[in-house]
Amino acid sequence: MSTVSDTYNVLVRELRPMTRDPFSLIFSLLQPLIFLGLFGPLLIASSDQPVGETLQSFVPGILVMIALFGTGTTGSNLLYEMQTGSHERTLVAPISRSSLLVGRALKEMAPIIVQALVIALVTIPFGFTVNPLGLVMGLVLLAVFGLGFGALSYSLALASRNHDWMFWGIQQATLFPLMILSGMLLPIENGPQWIQVAAAFNPISYIVAAERALLSGDLASMAVVWGFVAAIVLAAVGLSVGIRAMKKAA
Amino acid sequence: MTTDTIITARGLTKTFTVKKAVVEAVTDLDLDVQRGELVAFLGPNGAGKSTSLRMLTTLLPPTSGTATVVGHDIAKDPAGVRQRIGYIGQGTSGGHNQRVRDEMLSQGAFYGMSRKATAVRADQLLDSLELAPLASRAVMGLSGGQKRRLDIALGLIHSPELLFLDEPSTGLDPQSRANLWQHILELRREHGTTIFVTTHFLEEADLFAERVLVMDHGRMIADDTAANLKTTVAGDVITLDFANEEDARAAAAHTNGTLDGTTLTLVVDRGELLLPKLLREVDSVTSATLRQPTLDDVFLALTGRSLREESATADKKEEVTA
Repeated sequence: MSTVSDTYNVLVRELRPMTRDPFSLIFSLLQPLIFLGLFGPLLIASSDQPVGETLQSFVPGILVMIALFGTGTTGSNLLYEMQTGSHERTLVAPISRSSLLVGRALKEMAPIIVQALVIALVTIPFGFTVNPLGLVMGLVLLAVFGLGFGALSYSLALASRNHDWMFWGIQQATLFPLMILSGMLLPIENGPQWIQVAAAFNPISYIVAAERALLSGDLASMAVVWGFVAAIVLAAVGLSVGIRAMKKAA
Repeated sequence: MTTDTIITARGLTKTFTVKKAVVEAVTDLDLDVQRGELVAFLGPNGAGKSTSLRMLTTLLPPTSGTATVVGHDIAKDPAGVRQRIGYIGQGTSGGHNQRVRDEMLSQGAFYGMSRKATAVRADQLLDSLELAPLASRAVMGLSGGQKRRLDIALGLIHSPELLFLDEPSTGLDPQSRANLWQHILELRREHGTTIFVTTHFLEEADLFAERVLVMDHGRMIADDTAANLKTTVAGDVITLDFANEEDARAAAAHTNGTLDGTTLTLVVDRGELLLPKLLREVDSVTSATLRQPTLDDVFLALTGRSLREESATADKKEEVTA
């Protein structure tokens, strides 16, 4: 069997629980909806800008947040399968180790696209305007980012093995700083200098900026280019680290 | 090695480095298993059984030595080995959020089976393992026995020539254990599958295995049929329990028995004649038994320790840590 067919078979296995129970996808929208419903009005009230303009900056940030938190925690599924024995079964099956990682990471794209699409459409009646081509490109950008970040989450699970605390500790210690230092919820430009410097080293900052540009229809912006560069580099790093970790797994 | 040899291992060794100390988990394992055999790998927890099995199934690379499994070298052609073996590990093979039949279909695809062939085989196995009514249920909703039967179904989807089972009975109640073995024996009767099973349940090895390999401290210390192994412990086994250790030690001083706390075990000829004499001569015996040797007696004779008690201690430790 080829690596491509192995990857496809792993992807199909990973997608099955989602297709059997699509409600789980909707249920996982709870966090972004809470941010939209509770944090959104506070942001609008504290801003001097019109509602639509605030949403134009806020909603793309929420879409990146969906991808960040969705894929950042996905390694816990692998961690659980490693601890129960299910992962060991797949390691004895004649499928390539790289397919076991890539198939799982590819699956991360599906919920991101569905959830981001739902959130983008839900906010339109509240004044959020979206460029259709920009939305498609924005979803592609999120999918590439999710592929890489998901692969990193799986790598963390493979490194943590039986130490749940290590997985959750590192995950918590990285997700929130990455979120805050990306300007996802609040603009970085008004923050202290050191935060702006830190944000410049955060790849997610570039993805947030690109997502804002794309959804607003500014497709030729340099922010879009840098966003795609950041997502592609993250995907390349995530997959290579993940494949290496999976090959060492036993 | 003959043409019908399905597993050959020579000098298979695995060492681990734990906190800068080198631990030899398996040392110089030599092994030949013939096609169609049912072989039990017996030993206490930590003896090296699972490490040996993990090397043979390509999950762990050996530190040194060689092994050929179903005609493929475990180090040079692990994919060839994986294609031809079935493996049922100690844990739950099914993904917790997967549905039973879906997991069977995925497993068939992993082994390169067509969708149609996988579906037919999956339904056949679900029927024979009494899982058909649970086909659309999520794995996390199954009982321990049902999960174990699913493990077997997953291990058999591609009709392997050789099936490895790692402690298949651990965690199962007696009824589920009996049921599991019934399925394993049926499989062997119908398809002639070679079965290699690790266990610390003496009765299972004694009842079902044609050959018993005994392992201790990473080394294989015996390899024979259960009946032959038991004949090496010639005679009958008398066990005497004493009210206190002092009396037990005094009695042990006058016999060639093995003392363990307040229990003295003797291997003797014509135990039925000796036992009444012993009871007249020895003080403070609280109970006495006379029986034929078991595999535990074989282990005791080989190592000076009781496998049954070691397993019970290990199980208790596991319970405490769990």
